[in-house]
Amino acid sequence: MTGTADTAGQESRVMDFSDDEVIIGLEIHCQLDTLTKLFCGCSTDYRDDGPNTHVCPICLGLPGSLPRVNRKAIEYALRVAKALNCTIVEESEFARKNYFYPDLNKGFQITQYDRPLAVKGYLDIEGDDGEKRVRITRVHVEEDPGRLVHKGGADRAKYTLVDYNRAGIPLIEIVTEPDIRSPKEARKFLNKLRATLEYLGVFDSEKEGSLRVDANISIQPRGWFDREGKGKADRGRAEVKNISSYKGVEKALTFEVTRQKNALRRGQRLGTETRHFVETRGVTTSSRSKEMEQEYRYFPEPDLRPLRVCTWADEIVLPELPDARRARFITQYGCSPIHARTLTGDLRVAEFYEQVAGIDPVFVATWVADTLLGELNYRDMSINRVSPDWFRELIVLVHKGNVTDKGGIEVLRSLLDQIRESGSCETPGVCVGRLGLRVLERTAETMSEDDPVVKAAREVIAEQPQAVADFAAGKKEAFNFLVGKVMKKTRGRAKPADVNQVLLAILGKEG
Amino acid sequence: MATLTFTRDDRYNAFITMLDNAETGPGKLSGIGIAIKDNISTRGIQTTCASRILEGYLPPYDAHVVTLVKKAGAGIVGKTNMDEFGMGTTTENSAFGPTKNPADTSRVPGGSSGGSAAAVASGMVRMALGTDTGGSIRCPAAFCGIVGHKPTYGRVSRYGLVAYANSLEQIGPMARTVSDISLLMEVLTGYDPRDSTSVNCPYAHIPDPDIRGLKIGVPEEYFGEGVDPRVASVVWDGISLLERKGADIITCRMPSMAYALAAYYVTCTSEASSNLARFDGVRYGPPADTRQTWHESFQERRRDGFGTEVKRRIMLGTFALSSGYYGKYYAKAQAARQQVRNDFLRLFREVDVIAGPTMPTVAFRIGEKTDPLSMYLSDILTVPANLAGIPAISVPCGTSEGLPVGLQIMGPHFRDERVIDVAYAFEQGVSR
Repeated sequence: MTGTADTAGQESRVMDFSDDEVIIGLEIHCQLDTLTKLFCGCSTDYRDDGPNTHVCPICLGLPGSLPRVNRKAIEYALRVAKALNCTIVEESEFARKNYFYPDLNKGFQITQYDRPLAVKGYLDIEGDDGEKRVRITRVHVEEDPGRLVHKGGADRAKYTLVDYNRAGIPLIEIVTEPDIRSPKEARKFLNKLRATLEYLGVFDSEKEGSLRVDANISIQPRGWFDREGKGKADRGRAEVKNISSYKGVEKALTFEVTRQKNALRRGQRLGTETRHFVETRGVTTSSRSKEMEQEYRYFPEPDLRPLRVCTWADEIVLPELPDARRARFITQYGCSPIHARTLTGDLRVAEFYEQVAGIDPVFVATWVADTLLGELNYRDMSINRVSPDWFRELIVLVHKGNVTDKGGIEVLRSLLDQIRESGSCETPGVCVGRLGLRVLERTAETMSEDDPVVKAAREVIAEQPQAVADFAAGKKEAFNFLVGKVMKKTRGRAKPADVNQVLLAILGKEG
Repeated sequence: MATLTFTRDDRYNAFITMLDNAETGPGKLSGIGIAIKDNISTRGIQTTCASRILEGYLPPYDAHVVTLVKKAGAGIVGKTNMDEFGMGTTTENSAFGPTKNPADTSRVPGGSSGGSAAAVASGMVRMALGTDTGGSIRCPAAFCGIVGHKPTYGRVSRYGLVAYANSLEQIGPMARTVSDISLLMEVLTGYDPRDSTSVNCPYAHIPDPDIRGLKIGVPEEYFGEGVDPRVASVVWDGISLLERKGADIITCRMPSMAYALAAYYVTCTSEASSNLARFDGVRYGPPADTRQTWHESFQERRRDGFGTEVKRRIMLGTFALSSGYYGKYYAKAQAARQQVRNDFLRLFREVDVIAGPTMPTVAFRIGEKTDPLSMYLSDILTVPANLAGIPAISVPCGTSEGLPVGLQIMGPHFRDERVIDVAYAFEQGVSR
């Protein structure tokens, strides 16, 4: 313990935390979306199948079996390395990481150690203070271990089952420099990375468990890190392991910032520790595992030859990436920079938008980026569940003025709810009819009582004598008030221009 | 298809598993009974590596070489005894008891492919498959008086060979004659995409005994300290025979021999410590005790399942790979290994093959070697070929104290044909 008067005095000198900064570095594992596993021919499409059905002597690590590199997985990883502006090494090598665990079929994991595929890259993101560059330390490939299933929950389970379907799925590990300065930035980095990986066609973020993040986080005096850790003492750091969702990363890191700040404020010394994120409670807990550095006894994998990857890398042609697509959306469709960023932040959204943009690109951009994504997010639904066909039909109705913006949103909500409930939905036209949202068309300039707008206007005028009097006295606001009342009476179905015209006609005549 | 009958009287304890009948078919090995070392996977036939930890393990697949010998028409008669996971020089380290040397049953057959050697030497089978990590084919061949060849690394697929030290070992043929070795090489070699270290270099060769003008290097170190002078003298006689058949004998030096044994033991134990980690009772072998926590059950399974020598090598390798020691041991061993390779490359610019004794002594008495270190020292003449990955054959060259002595011929990478030619010339010379 360090609770002497002397150290307490030292602590008090660094008690001013107003000028601290949060330092975050990420280690991201993503499953590469290949058809077969990294070292054998087993299918990677295991999620809907029973346990241990996608296995063979190789991915089970049976005695005598040998790994064989799936060239596609390496190509995918090299695409990522290139997109992240990394230097691709001349020759890369696999290594064994030795440790015992029941989900580890061979007692070691084939990974990469001192000769990764690529090093020293970067990814530009929208940071807290504008455009920001996060440096990438390294990119390498490794195999996923199997999965433990604790029957009845980890705490109460009498026994544990092992499923090796996941064993041997190719993973890419991307390590960043500690360049991230807030949990929100971490989230933004991950979103950009995910978009990049999906644009490259190497990753499917919708597959359960396809992403896992370890985050290193510490709170240091501002500038401490840029001075390469010199100056005041390192205040220690936490490594939060195995966060398995995008939202989880921000949550876990936000929790850590609070926890570490509180601890520092209380004068506690934070060592280096490994913590675990408990997703259900939104907290991190100290891992009870050994404090000491794990001993992995890395050595080169003798069953695989080194890969001369620099020659492969030249053949890789990258597709359009998020930044390029964002620029194109601005020039080609006239999207606002904010809309362009939102629309290109997810490959599926970008492709969805391009399928329906033809109606009126700017108009559609607002509908997709603001309305649709908002409603989907609220329902925690994926854009995959929205068909461009019915969405296009809805947009056309709104665009033509057959349904008002407000009515359109009501229809959209109804349709999304239907999809969420039953998996399918009625057509927008049917929905508009059912909800009675078709815009009230004024047939002519007539003031006939049959016209619903005229009828509503007359009713409002009768109900609001004070406003009518105020308008007559020259108060402009009174007119707007009356328009609002008419709109309300028609449940938003009347066109504002029609209401204006009818009200003016009646009031003008009567005044 | 025909069914082979063969002597089931295993008086030397050469086999761990003997099969009731061996199916044979047409092909290069038609009608020939073949014994397979028990660290080579055979579908549906127990493959134990002579270890308790794999007792009852039935591989669901055939090793590549097993597929090849079956396709060539050979009948698999059984799985032969060995030192546990190939770790030993005597076949005494077997969970199924030691194998006896048919030349003298009070002696060990050598190891680790001692069962295969005894099965061939006793006439139970005409040929056998062995594996050679640091001499495990050549040593028992020499001790039992048969021929054994370790092919160039990469020439025979290791797919299905239960790994002991991946970067060193090869599967190879064992037989009574060089012609049979050559025949088996034709079957075993060739590219296998499942083994990333496999090289597409099929062997299609008929042994040629004409060695006139061939330069044979004889390193002084192969006749140095620790080599029994009586064995040395028998081997020199053999080398003189080659000279009489027209070869030039050139004495040379191999300074890297000083580091070879250390480099070998650091490398093989390091790789072994990793390879053998998978034996934890979860997937095969006698099951783990699920009432315990997983690490307790792993510990118990491994403590009870592995023999003493295996545990010793796992611990040595674990130590050598530990951070802080990696540079001192594993990395240094790789540097020494490169020196051995360089020595051979240099020598093979001047000579065509290198000759010397296979083993420094004749077969030990059963139970004679109790000190592991002195046992390790007896591998000194065989490990250089494994470190360098070059082909090496042991061919019988007479006796000392009435026990067989082996002459070892080593050649450049992928020159297995040349090595086999020299062995053939020697064999022809002796029998004439």
